Amino acid sequence: MLRRLYYDARVRDLFWQIAISVGLVALTIFFVRNASQNMVNAGIASGFDFLWRSSGIDVPFVLTSYTASDSIWALFWAGVANTVFVSVIAMVLATIMGFLIGLARLSSHWLLSTAAGAYVEFVRNIPLLFFVLFWYFGVIAALPQPRDSLGFFSAIFLNNRGLTVPSPLDGSVFRWALLAILLAFAAQWLVARWAAARKARTGQDAPVIAAGLMLCLAVPLLALVIAARATGWDMPQPGRFNLRGGFVIIPEFVALLAALVTYTAGFVAEIVRGGIASVVKGQREAAASLGLRPGQILRFVVVPQALRVMIPPMTSQYLNVLKNSSFGAAIAYPDVVSLFMGSALNNTGQAIEIIAMTLAVYLFFGLIVSALMNWYNARIALVTR
Amino acid sequence: MINRISTTAVAAFAMLGAGAATAQTLVPSPTLDAIRTRGSLECGVHVGVPGFSFPNDKGEWSGLDVDFCRALAAAVLGDANKVKFTPTTVQQRWPVLQSGQVDLLSRNTTITFSRNASLGVNFQGINFYEGQTFIVRKASKATAAKDLDGASVCVAAGSTEEKNAADWFRERNLKVTITNFQKNDDAIAAYDAGRCDAYTAGVGALAGQRAKLKTPGDHIIMAEPISNDPQGPVTRYGDERWQAVVRWVLNGMIAAEALGVTSKNVDDMRANSKNAEVRRLLGAEGNFGAMLGLSNDWMFNAIKAVGNYGESFERTVGSGSTLKLERGQNALWTKGGLLFTPPFQ
Repeated sequence: MLRRLYYDARVRDLFWQIAISVGLVALTIFFVRNASQNMVNAGIASGFDFLWRSSGIDVPFVLTSYTASDSIWALFWAGVANTVFVSVIAMVLATIMGFLIGLARLSSHWLLSTAAGAYVEFVRNIPLLFFVLFWYFGVIAALPQPRDSLGFFSAIFLNNRGLTVPSPLDGSVFRWALLAILLAFAAQWLVARWAAARKARTGQDAPVIAAGLMLCLAVPLLALVIAARATGWDMPQPGRFNLRGGFVIIPEFVALLAALVTYTAGFVAEIVRGGIASVVKGQREAAASLGLRPGQILRFVVVPQALRVMIPPMTSQYLNVLKNSSFGAAIAYPDVVSLFMGSALNNTGQAIEIIAMTLAVYLFFGLIVSALMNWYNARIALVTR
Repeated sequence: MINRISTTAVAAFAMLGAGAATAQTLVPSPTLDAIRTRGSLECGVHVGVPGFSFPNDKGEWSGLDVDFCRALAAAVLGDANKVKFTPTTVQQRWPVLQSGQVDLLSRNTTITFSRNASLGVNFQGINFYEGQTFIVRKASKATAAKDLDGASVCVAAGSTEEKNAADWFRERNLKVTITNFQKNDDAIAAYDAGRCDAYTAGVGALAGQRAKLKTPGDHIIMAEPISNDPQGPVTRYGDERWQAVVRWVLNGMIAAEALGVTSKNVDDMRANSKNAEVRRLLGAEGNFGAMLGLSNDWMFNAIKAVGNYGESFERTVGSGSTLKLERGQNALWTKGGLLFTPPFQ
């Protein structure tokens, strides 16, 4: 009987799975208990009560409503928002830049392809920290002192303390504008779907481009103009040390963004090149013989097939961007690592809780990025087959 | 019967004897034992503030905080050179101490309530009364902290200065942008590159760090401090005897200055002084060293090697150094300062 159970593959697998799960849980419990016991013995505070203490830490670049008199919990979210903000923008820009470099590498123009190749080799063989510090001190050194600020229309000023732009006194109007813009995008999506369905049914073209221009360009522009007129503006004014008023986009943000984009673009370029190279030559020749123009070949034949090869490695690049954004701590960009694991950790000393929470942030957003990319991957695979 | 009585008596005497013997035994000190076994003291210092703890091009450390480590090594091991220095950043210092990687921290660390209460660390006295201030470019014409309205300030994240500055400007409704760097050196480099109008740290630390700027002459340190930041050696909770050793070596260095004992006259003082406190301090009378589980010439060795507090101060941050700090609050209480030590009695 036991012998039979032992040789039953299903039973045996189940047994080992249960055994390993129980072992893992027991091990975790052991470590947690051991750590908390040791911390109590050493007189080190533990628990999450510290999150409700007031933080008292000034943050130079805040997207949330955080101020120094708020709690450490609010400081945490200010850090998370900054991490997500720089990561998302870096992902978008790195994709665009990487695509262009990747295409340039495949170009038949010698200078273009060689320059792109040199860029890729250069970027891939240099550590990211170099990029971050290079851009940071490069950006600061290149920009003028506050008293010699570069002004544009006496509203936007650029100096080594950052790019100062007017900030709205009442932000809520922009929330309405954003809603209007999202609605317009949704409408455009529905129009495009309807037009595609009609074309499939009747073969007739609908003026999708015109509607798109209207919905995706005119409506947002109008919404923004109306919102901008509806609120007063806090205009930057020259002060004793620096400009007063307005919203400052700090040089740390620009430097970190530039570093992440220029660095990641090198890797994206290789992925793009590899993806396109993986589409067999016959496909292009067949498309050309059908009379498609080079742009159409790229758009309708090559890229859809290349995408399927590119998506999985792109996922890992996006995850890298998210994780690499923690390099901001090296140049005082107030991300979650710098604010929460730096300032808050030092003020409270609760290393285990704070590091676990920071870890959870990266894990959570990492899993979201993976999930989105997997969803997109599945969609692409379905559409092309 | 008599036999039994005598047995009882013998047993009682034996117990008395054993009791007397155990009265001589000290409470165990794992830290002292570990230092002796290792043959060196592990001292956590700052990664580099001239005057306090700074390695020269040969890797030899010097400074006020370093001197204290050396004095402690001389008191415990009889040799001021048996110290291993572990440079720690603002953020590394607590885990390094808590985990037992170092025996103590002696590194520009401000004594605060919450550190004492929630980090599992004890502060063993004050070896430097620091006050937070700012360094600015002379061209800015700012002379006091209140002139900094609208300025950007660079600071090390996790330092007391970070919170102090935020509190101070908020209380006065001054709008100041505080940019928090991970290391003091990063913050100084950014200030030097023009990212900030001011860099903030203690008066003493700034006097030392100023040398790291490209043209130190173009900058001015504001005279008026915005806070009191008493600093001193830090130990972790537990091992009270070790904590007492650290506390009393510091007290001993200050007492030596008050009693006129210096590295030059220490031999003479031990042999000839008629002052009872000097004799106890130097082990000529009583057995104060042994009471802490050290040799009786513990403070003699410490003072012989490093000197008293005043000698150490002048050599590292005072008139004998490039920092040229005044004694100010760091003078003895009898000379208008705040330094004070309980009696060696």
